[in-house]
Amino acid sequence: MSTAAPAPPEKLTKKMLTADHPTWCPGCGDFAVLAAFYKVLEKLQIPHEKIVTIAGIGCSSRFPYFVNSHGLHFIHGRALPLATGISLSRPDVHVFAFGGDGDGFSIGGNHLDHCARKNVNLTYVIMDNSVYGLTKMQTSPTSPIGYKSKTDPTGAIDQPVNPMRKLVASGASFVGRTHATQVKHMMEMFERAIKHQGFSVVEVLSECVIFYPGAFDSGNPRKGGEFEIIQERSWDETAEDEARHDVTDFSAAMKLTEESYPGKFGTYYEVDRPSKNVLEQKWIDDSRAKVGSASDKDILQARFNQMK
Amino acid sequence: MTTASATSPSDASTRSPSDKLQDAVIRLAGNSQDGIQTIGGFLARLAGRTAQEVMTYMTIPSTISGGPSIFQVHIGSGEVLSPGDDADFLVAFYQHSYENHINSLREGGVCIYDTDEVEPDLTDKRFTFIGIPISTTTIEALGGSARDRGKNMFILGLLTNVFDLNREKLAAIIDRQFGKKHESVLRNAMLAFDAGYSYPIGESLNGDYGIAPGRIEGEHRIATDGNQMLTCGLLAAGVRYGAGYPITPWSSIMESLRSELPKYGGLFVQGEDELAAVSIALGMAYSGHLAVTGSSGPGLSLKMEALSYAVMAELPLIVINVQRGGPSTGLPTSVEQSDLMQAIYGSHGDAPRVVLAPQDVEDCFYIALEAGRIARKYSVPVIILSDQAISSRIEAFAEPNLDEFMVEAELDISPRDESFKPYPLDGLTRHAPPGTPLEGGKYPVVTGLEHDEWGHPTANPELHQKMTARRRNKLVALAEELDELEVYGDAEGDTLLVGWGSTYGPIREAVDRMRANGQKVGAIQIRHLNPLPNGLEKSFAKFSRVAVFELNDAGLYGYGQLATLLRARYCDPRIQSITKTEGLGFKIREIIAGVEKLKNA
Repeated sequence: MSTAAPAPPEKLTKKMLTADHPTWCPGCGDFAVLAAFYKVLEKLQIPHEKIVTIAGIGCSSRFPYFVNSHGLHFIHGRALPLATGISLSRPDVHVFAFGGDGDGFSIGGNHLDHCARKNVNLTYVIMDNSVYGLTKMQTSPTSPIGYKSKTDPTGAIDQPVNPMRKLVASGASFVGRTHATQVKHMMEMFERAIKHQGFSVVEVLSECVIFYPGAFDSGNPRKGGEFEIIQERSWDETAEDEARHDVTDFSAAMKLTEESYPGKFGTYYEVDRPSKNVLEQKWIDDSRAKVGSASDKDILQARFNQMK
Repeated sequence: MTTASATSPSDASTRSPSDKLQDAVIRLAGNSQDGIQTIGGFLARLAGRTAQEVMTYMTIPSTISGGPSIFQVHIGSGEVLSPGDDADFLVAFYQHSYENHINSLREGGVCIYDTDEVEPDLTDKRFTFIGIPISTTTIEALGGSARDRGKNMFILGLLTNVFDLNREKLAAIIDRQFGKKHESVLRNAMLAFDAGYSYPIGESLNGDYGIAPGRIEGEHRIATDGNQMLTCGLLAAGVRYGAGYPITPWSSIMESLRSELPKYGGLFVQGEDELAAVSIALGMAYSGHLAVTGSSGPGLSLKMEALSYAVMAELPLIVINVQRGGPSTGLPTSVEQSDLMQAIYGSHGDAPRVVLAPQDVEDCFYIALEAGRIARKYSVPVIILSDQAISSRIEAFAEPNLDEFMVEAELDISPRDESFKPYPLDGLTRHAPPGTPLEGGKYPVVTGLEHDEWGHPTANPELHQKMTARRRNKLVALAEELDELEVYGDAEGDTLLVGWGSTYGPIREAVDRMRANGQKVGAIQIRHLNPLPNGLEKSFAKFSRVAVFELNDAGLYGYGQLATLLRARYCDPRIQSITKTEGLGFKIREIIAGVEKLKNA
């Protein structure tokens, strides 16, 4: 051991977090998501080695290569169970999962529901572009009816997933929605999601300028759309506060998901519910208390003794 | 059943009481709710405590409750290698038990039946029939309760008397099992037991069937089933994290790990499906832990994509497959060894994987240790192919010495310097799990894309060939460190019997019998199936033929799965194949007949 005092931890900077230059197409919405993520990490000063970025398969799932942190690029649709394994076995690290609408709502749709209801402590960012981009323009689970793709040349016929309804219904304890053109709001959403204890998920409308240009213009004021942010209750006992959204009210959150496109942005739902991590740790602590000071070998020996 | 003076029940009257049996096979046939598994377990544990050997065999209906069920116990004072071909004693609880199992009784065997339920064909002179009003006597013993309970304990008492088993030790085992429940449970159990014990059956049998004391002295012995021993092996190997999804006959491993791991500060997670289970386990592996997932055949199929990822990313993982009859739902509660090809080759891409198979219940412990050692050293997924027979049968064996075998669970997140390179072309894989400071400032991304030595994705043609070879050469290196297999029995001669997994005991017993009849035969049981241990060809060359016995189909070209692999590997026409797909293990006589068939072919 060195006798010198340990050097103070280096301040985390955007430069330290920058890795390979993204392979995304110029103009892709995902660039802004990446920039917002860097900035929030810089603001929160999470220790560099404790940041873990995980993704499945898709354009947006290339994310881990563009963040200089511990990372893993997994198989299609299974980013959340993989992230669950990290979160539950390594409570000392911060787990971030990234993916697109195909990864999250189609091939991985079941995992999203279960990770959410179990309230696994991690943050999940879904970059929704309503098209399969990496495989070059097939219908995605959020493509609207009528969208012309290579798999629906005359226009999509299947009713799309309503992402916010699925997320709120899934039991996620933090559900937010934002737009890749609204960087400040995106950062706010990310920060709240990261600080939330439990499963936090943010849907980002992130345009694919190649296969679905203009998909989210209706939510972008610069393109003539409207970016309407949910007014949350401040509990100031004023008359106008009554009309604002109570983020802990499940029915109100579900009602928000029914609004016609583009709908509202911001925090749909946020509740304090014990995470699976906390509940499992209690099960571990209780089990440890029962075995007292016994070593691993003693515990296994006791099991053998039961077999005599 | 063999005795020191080669007598049998039919000539029991001529035998003196000092002639103790060397071994006996007892088949209990009833319904699954009769608790025959419970008393079978008691008998097996008693054998472990009295230095006798034991092997059990049971069938479980795949229905939720009810249905015919059997439990067969083979107890011996010497080595017991198989559950026994034919029963010496059959206990028939019902008419269907009698009808379905009377032909599993050997000629001269004893059929004990419940006169309240069974009407046997008493003119069948092959057997000795002993009728006992089991139901009514049990009800009387329990004080007139009409409940259909306690018959199992009555039978246990009866068998204890017939075979002169150690009543005190057995009572202690029963006490431990039922003592935690309401006191009436233990009281009723012992009332029924005593009624059976004191039932005057000795006069009907007109002989003494006591089993000779065990010959295995001076060692601590335990009795349990294969799934429990795999669980213990994983715990000893330092596995502290895992995930799974329920499927018969794997579930009891995940149930045990779910309860046990928290005591060690670890955790087992139930996933929403098989894909989630393997992915959660890989997340734990990436996090720096030795993790486990498992399933049975259909579930393994679902995990396959992730297993190829584990090969590509070079993550360590133990994967258990407790095989059952397939394909699809198949025979979910029967034994089969038809997942060997799936274990080695199932999944996309060139994805070499280590595959191991335990040969009996005791070996489940050591195979788990071996899986842990290999997964750690080579950073690879290791598949353990157990099967339904090993998973559920109880054996008694020497308790593993934990001072020798306990492996400490470690998590290494110490800083890595600038030279850190996870996939060196000329060295072993070394990951830096999350939480590890990288002194060079550059953090690793683990990926399923082909990558260079640092883990950077690349599609360089030359590098893909090099990295593919690198992944394969880890298994080549493993093969080189494995001990060459010793041949059991004759080292050279007529036929070498080759098996894997649960065929171990029956093959050995068959070899013993054939050698006793003057045949020159030997046996090899392969525990490392991929890679195979080196040097097998030297053993093959010393025999006129090599007979591979396995519980799977002979396939389009007449060779079972291991036989196909061995023929491909060694191009040796001496390698022949005997297969069976009845959902049951090989009987000794079927193995001997198989060898005869190949000789006469």
